[in-house]
Amino acid sequence: MRKLTFLAAAAATLLAACSQQGPGESAPAAGSTAGGAAAGGKPVIGLALSTQNNPFFVELKDGAQKAADASGVQLVVVDAQDDPARQISSVEDLIQKRVSVILLNPTDSSALAGAVQSAQRANIPVITLDRGVDGAEVASHIASDNIAGGKMAADYLAKQLGGKGNIIELQGVAGTSAARERGKGFDDEIATTGMKVVAQQPANFDRAQGLSVSENLLQGNSDVQAIFAQNDEMALGAVQALAGKNKKVLVVGFDGTPDGKKAVQDGQMAATVAQQPEEIGRLGVETAKKLVDKQPVDKSIAVPLKLLTKE
Amino acid sequence: MTLQMNWSRASTLLQRLGSVIGLVLLFIVLSVMSPDFLTTGNLLTVLRQVSINALIAFGMTFVILAGGIDLSVGAILAFTGAITAGLMASGHGIVLSVGAGLGLGLILGMVNGVLVSWGKVAPFIATLGTLTLLRGLTLSYTQGSPIPVTNQSFALVGGGYVANLVPLPVIWMFIAFVVCGFLLRGTVFGRHVVAIGGNEEAARLSGVRIAPMKIAIYGLSGLLSAFAGIVLTSRLYSAQATAGQGYELDAIAAVVLGGTSLAGGRGWLFGTLIGALLIGFLNNGLNLLGVSSFYQQVVKGIVILIAVLLDRRQ
Repeated sequence: MRKLTFLAAAAATLLAACSQQGPGESAPAAGSTAGGAAAGGKPVIGLALSTQNNPFFVELKDGAQKAADASGVQLVVVDAQDDPARQISSVEDLIQKRVSVILLNPTDSSALAGAVQSAQRANIPVITLDRGVDGAEVASHIASDNIAGGKMAADYLAKQLGGKGNIIELQGVAGTSAARERGKGFDDEIATTGMKVVAQQPANFDRAQGLSVSENLLQGNSDVQAIFAQNDEMALGAVQALAGKNKKVLVVGFDGTPDGKKAVQDGQMAATVAQQPEEIGRLGVETAKKLVDKQPVDKSIAVPLKLLTKE
Repeated sequence: MTLQMNWSRASTLLQRLGSVIGLVLLFIVLSVMSPDFLTTGNLLTVLRQVSINALIAFGMTFVILAGGIDLSVGAILAFTGAITAGLMASGHGIVLSVGAGLGLGLILGMVNGVLVSWGKVAPFIATLGTLTLLRGLTLSYTQGSPIPVTNQSFALVGGGYVANLVPLPVIWMFIAFVVCGFLLRGTVFGRHVVAIGGNEEAARLSGVRIAPMKIAIYGLSGLLSAFAGIVLTSRLYSAQATAGQGYELDAIAAVVLGGTSLAGGRGWLFGTLIGALLIGFLNNGLNLLGVSSFYQQVVKGIVILIAVLLDRRQ
């Protein structure tokens, strides 16, 4: 008998947790706990996150949630804890729930193609956020506008240096879209000014490599006014490389990570081109809403970046 | 009098079937709360999701029954998955690649068994060591990035269907269940596993050769982890360097939820299957209900604690 009581308690706990979190989790829903679009009422949109252990993705989720509340859709969030297998399972669960659209922030671009295809077979459009999926077509891909971000960094340096000066560029992992696009935006814009990139070399988005590569390049180029790093980690490495030298070199990073922002506040870095994860989430839900309303959407949506300086 | 006897018999049955009743209750609750739960599509989806954990948990059942623990299962899964995908990527055929992956899993498991039996290392520490070692080897082998699988026939191992309905991983799970169930209930090997877990010294005195048995038990766990790794690699179209993290805990949870005693010597394989299904349906149901992933962990934790409490009270 005691065992039965225990099991009843287990079921009760489960019930309590569910009914608290069911509809309330997404919005002050007026209807029942359940149901996709078929159940009538609010359309349901699924958001499959790679992880919630990283502030970037938590901000992305918050942006999506706000947009969902504002536009009257129900948002169901599932979290893969950075495990692609778990993400496939949770995408399958969203398919079984017959959500209207799936917003997918993939843990990994190579592992989710099968899940995206399953969704398409079930006539559920998929929108990828921040990272893309290889080997499957999606309705739309929403990510930061890295080219514009690179241009932004170049414009900032042009303004600070009066359009003249020598620059060192620290590049990210060769072949990644982030490194390619950030570099292209920056280099193309620099070419239109009197400034010159005197040296560029990969430091693989890594702080330690950013330090050693900067040291080497500074050794070979004494007349340098600025360093542009394609992410904040490398920029922070460059800051360390400059630490012993008593000359003014402007360091500009990319991403707006907490460490990067702090370095800008402390005056160690001149600026960072910050991503706007909240904006990615908001645009994700708004684009999904358009798909629900059978409106056309763009295949690729570039989210603007924001230049952060000390002011 | 008769009534009382019947009641005590019924209560013994209840103890044994605790996990089954738990699963049935969960089933009823979820069916009522989510209209999408009780559909053929969803049930088959969950079975497929459960298969990886179940494969590992079957091996874990033998280890725990014999009074041990195996923390290296997730790391073996990742390493053997990477080697299998790597062999295929360098132009070897499916049969050789999969065979090498399975063989490697068996050997790695046996190494655990050697450490535990001849090395006299506590199973927790020995398998913690191999976990760390294999994680490191996997990262160096893959350089941290996924190894893509392009072989279309291999993609069927984890992504295929039988009769356009039943996912292949579900078939693997049931084959493994039948084979392991036979090993445990129908062979001398199985009886010795239980004997070692019940009282190792007594088992030794009655002629059970402990060291070879332990090597075989951990070898079986490694083999099944490698099998799970191969199915997972196929399902993800790629071998992930970080795959399988935390899977040891899911497998242990399935075994314990199924009513197998962590102290060893008492348990059953069917319970493990039920335990794995419980975890799978809980995950699925909470996703269908839109419960936040943070609360999902809370609920899972509570369910596991209740299972352990039940175990202690028996």
